[in-house]
Amino acid sequence: MRNVFKTSYDADIRLFRHGAQAFWYALLMALMLALPLLLSSYLLGEVSGILIWSIAGLGLMVLTGQAGQASLGHTAFLAMGCYANTIMLMKGVPFLIAFPASGLLAGLFGVVVAIPTLKLHGIYLAIFTLALAVLIEDIIVLAEPLTGGVTGLTSQTITMFGWSIDRYATPNAFYYLVLAVVVLVVLFYRNMLRSPLGRSFAAVRDSEISAQALGVNIARTKAKAFFVSCAITGLAGALIGQFSGAFNHETFNLVIAIQLLLMIVVGGLGSIHGAFFGAIVVGAIPLGLSFLRDYIGKVTGAGTTAIPGLESGIFGVILIGFILFEPMGIYGRWLKIRTYFELFPFYRRDMFRRNRSYLKTERMR
Amino acid sequence: MSILALEHVTLKFGGITAVNDVTMSVKQGEVFALVGPNGAGKSTLFNLVSRFYTPFSGDIRFEGHSLLKRAPSDIPALGIARTFQNIELFERSTVLENLLVGRHRHVRSGLWSDLAFTPFVHREERRHREAVEKVIDFLDLQAYRDKFVAGLPYGVRKVVEMARALATEPKLLLLDEPASGLSMDETNDLAFWIEDIKKQMGITVLMVEHDMKLVAAVSDRVLALADGKVLAMGTPKEVQSHPDVIRAYIGGSPEVAA
Repeated sequence: MRNVFKTSYDADIRLFRHGAQAFWYALLMALMLALPLLLSSYLLGEVSGILIWSIAGLGLMVLTGQAGQASLGHTAFLAMGCYANTIMLMKGVPFLIAFPASGLLAGLFGVVVAIPTLKLHGIYLAIFTLALAVLIEDIIVLAEPLTGGVTGLTSQTITMFGWSIDRYATPNAFYYLVLAVVVLVVLFYRNMLRSPLGRSFAAVRDSEISAQALGVNIARTKAKAFFVSCAITGLAGALIGQFSGAFNHETFNLVIAIQLLLMIVVGGLGSIHGAFFGAIVVGAIPLGLSFLRDYIGKVTGAGTTAIPGLESGIFGVILIGFILFEPMGIYGRWLKIRTYFELFPFYRRDMFRRNRSYLKTERMR
Repeated sequence: MSILALEHVTLKFGGITAVNDVTMSVKQGEVFALVGPNGAGKSTLFNLVSRFYTPFSGDIRFEGHSLLKRAPSDIPALGIARTFQNIELFERSTVLENLLVGRHRHVRSGLWSDLAFTPFVHREERRHREAVEKVIDFLDLQAYRDKFVAGLPYGVRKVVEMARALATEPKLLLLDEPASGLSMDETNDLAFWIEDIKKQMGITVLMVEHDMKLVAAVSDRVLALADGKVLAMGTPKEVQSHPDVIRAYIGGSPEVAA
């Protein structure tokens, strides 16, 4: 059992709650830094992929988990970041400028998109963003002079400080680049959570009416949430472009948008951990399936051709399972297990039971 | 001097006149209570002051300036804070985080400095925390500081909501049925707090309340409403014994009431 004695307000403000927490994160960081020594370049590539999806998940998490605005159209911002980054690199803009700029562009695009949606709630916003996800594919095809249309574009090798970073040629360098972006984004995310910005997002999520009564400008706050969310998603998009080597409109299809939402729900809405857990699940399932398929093929001697729809079927089952049995996602389960050990032996079964909520003022919606 | 003044305010919802030509003024430093049967328009008056509703006609003035040109989210910055009848807390945040949202009108940092968490933001956070701790001490919420609102008992939620309104450091505090659903003990605490809010903090209080004992104990003046119209105004005693008020509450012919 652990008790944290707070002796200053900074105990609630600083990044780590106590020394042990800082230690575990330092250990995780050390492990991540040592990973290229431990894994084959194939597996390292898979880890890079999962990390990139975690960034995308964090992007959507800001909007959906923190500010409570559903989006089924985040592929639009992935695509925006991806194409902006590659086009800028093709034009000879250095990566250190092109990369942040592509995030910024996606963020601004998000704000422009958000303006007409600021009064939409729940399902209506979901439908609007769904339309966006459908539209973006057509827009990419139509904007052929810029985007290469259906042929798509090929990602450019990044050169920075004399190093060249390419997913296949220099997988280690690429992995470190992704890791650096992950650390930066997580840091921004944590800063957001502990500052007035994150609290205003949560206020809009939980009760627009009282957020307003405390002086939170709903429209402006939602626009900020869209900006931060879409900017992070844009950065993830730029990395996806680098990761996939070549991409076209199909790289950013509707299934990806839904998978992104599935990721953060399964991982646990409203937490940084959730984005990572979700990305691990979504990334690990196809990997596990392919290993399993090879194994079954080897043992039974049967063909190793893929069963169509198997992946989406399994994703669907997982999503239903989580919504029914663990709405707080993997992070929720993790919290319970951690609390069990932290409070040992005082954990009670009903500790995380959801309390009945009281009547809400719906009239002034 | 009047801090809040309503001048011939009328609000109609379709064919229903929810507030009918109400004129009233709340003096600086007093506790002013609104009473009346259900549907009298008390909460509607609050929502008019909060600018959730726009009056059909009339004017609402705070410290001499009309509120009608202001958006709802601009109202707290002027120094008006409120609570809600049905408790509108941020359920998935802790008590502390709820109160810190109350500091929103005092936030001076922007998007980028928040994301970078600059030393300025850090200093500001400490300052906000200090202000919030004062409110926590005032309302005895220390035990609940890090608890999530979703798991708190009803009585505590009521207090947290009042604390959040106080964290904005208002000049005028609107309390919408602060005692509804509270136990006798909790109501007694509330009476003391309202006294202290008025005397120690110098905040003007406008409240809607059904508990006449509480109203009589804490308020300087009372306004009785029925069907959106002003029935009577005066000291708690005067209003309680006013024949129109008695009739509105328990019915009966004018002779009986008199």
